[in-house]
Amino acid sequence: MRWLSVALPPLVAALTLASLLTGPAGLGMSESLHALAWGGDGPLPIVMRDIRLPRAILGAVVGAGLGLAGAALQGYLRNPLAEPGLIGISGMAALGAVIAIQTGLSLATPLALPLTALAGAAAGVGLLAALAGPRGGSVTLILAGVAISALAGAGTALVLNLSPNPYAANEIVFWLMGSLADRSLLHVWLALPPMVLGAALILPTRRALDALTLGEAAAQSLGVSAVALRWRLIAGIALTVGPATAVAGAIGFVGLVVPHVLRPWVGARPSALLPASALGGAVLLLAADIAVRLIVPERDLKLGVLTAIVGAPLFLRLIWKTRSGGRV
Amino acid sequence: MVLRLSGLSVTRRNRPVLHGVSLSLNPGEFVGLIGPNGAGKSSLMETALGLIPCTGTSSLATMPPAQRARHAAYLPQSRDIAWPVSVEDLVALGRIPWPGGGRGGLDRIAIDAAIARMGLEPYRKRTAQRLSGGEQNRALIARALAQDTPLLIADEPIAGLDPAQQLACLRLFRELAAEGRTVLASIHDLGLAARFCSRLVLLAEGHVLADGSVDAVLRDDLLARAFGITVRRVDTPDGPAILPV
Repeated sequence: MRWLSVALPPLVAALTLASLLTGPAGLGMSESLHALAWGGDGPLPIVMRDIRLPRAILGAVVGAGLGLAGAALQGYLRNPLAEPGLIGISGMAALGAVIAIQTGLSLATPLALPLTALAGAAAGVGLLAALAGPRGGSVTLILAGVAISALAGAGTALVLNLSPNPYAANEIVFWLMGSLADRSLLHVWLALPPMVLGAALILPTRRALDALTLGEAAAQSLGVSAVALRWRLIAGIALTVGPATAVAGAIGFVGLVVPHVLRPWVGARPSALLPASALGGAVLLLAADIAVRLIVPERDLKLGVLTAIVGAPLFLRLIWKTRSGGRV
Repeated sequence: MVLRLSGLSVTRRNRPVLHGVSLSLNPGEFVGLIGPNGAGKSSLMETALGLIPCTGTSSLATMPPAQRARHAAYLPQSRDIAWPVSVEDLVALGRIPWPGGGRGGLDRIAIDAAIARMGLEPYRKRTAQRLSGGEQNRALIARALAQDTPLLIADEPIAGLDPAQQLACLRLFRELAAEGRTVLASIHDLGLAARFCSRLVLLAEGHVLADGSVDAVLRDDLLARAFGITVRRVDTPDGPAILPV
């Protein structure tokens, strides 16, 4: 634990810096940072402040949000295979974004897409509240999430199916793969406040999630209010995952893989895993976003594709572990 | 009075499971809750703790959650531990209701005392999930002891344990009662319940059939009514041996 809390924050800072210094423009380190801090004439300050800075901030913030939401949901459901997409909020956000692309709204104003995605996420929360009810158990919540995800998936497929021309369909498919390219500071200001609020809701549940290690009944006997914890976490996860999907698209595996990898390093305590996963998520997404720019600079490799390529082998490890008799 | 239940009635899935149960527990009592499967023993404990809605009143259920958690510790029937936490971290969960939350100086003292009392010193840093069933049970009891409450409610605490672990567990509960705490535990083994408990409550079909001393509750007619069995009772120097036939 101590090792992680010492190593992760500088790693996030270093990768944020590396993200700022990575790009096709091939700029020098000192002149880049000077332009970022002090501005000046010419294209350099624009590249640094309007292109690279939003990208670096969003990499850290979206990654941290997905890591935190994943760790919280795994702790709440007492299941190491839970991930933020499970409760359907990201699916609904994606559906909102896809509708914005399909209807041409996204061309009218750059904020139309993230805003409709946020509206989709909000609709998802409403559906979740209606389906899962205030008192249902975790199985009801998972079932409601699966139903909403399926509905959102069907809606997305329908929009693709009915798209008027191959270009719109192409744009939708690429958006769904997730990316941080060409985002502006407007995107940052749109996503950051709700995500900070979401984190502020999730982080105080740390000890309640610890108590859930012993099961719902024992946790309640330790003073945890099951209903309050449930709504707080749903609201917190929706406020982090909804805006993250709205600005970055559907980026999978971060919320699943990061808590999983870090769990043994924090003694498996959910309370310690929440901040560690937030930092770890930022590290993973920043690193992945640097990698997509370095691996094939001439082609637009999508961030969600890379996280999936990195994340999928983890399941091979899990299969190996469970086949040899271990627990997931 | 450590716990007072009056007129508790509970309906689960449209089926009544408790009918107007009233019960008072005093300091220093080790109360054995006996009765057939489905009699309502677990429901009675959960209702007393305020975990399931009911009509009637429980002195615990009316307390604010944090205060209730400092008054009563609960060992549920399920011994599932979700994450591979160490024994020490598991025991520390018992301190969640207290101001230090598990990290303060008083918390450390309570955690160390609970670990020492359950003989878990050698296992302190071990992963609780990887211990044997008996060791895990001791770790879970240590968690409840660390909670440092006047009342301990344990749902079938000796189910699935070997005879030595069963005796150790019941001896501990008797010691806790001798120290002035109150223990309410559901127990299926009538012989062990008779030997260790200071008082028995016999529950059948959601009603309290009998409540009192071991002799007053383990009567042939009451056991026949509750369990549909007859018992042979043999008095030994170590207490009564009860053989269902």
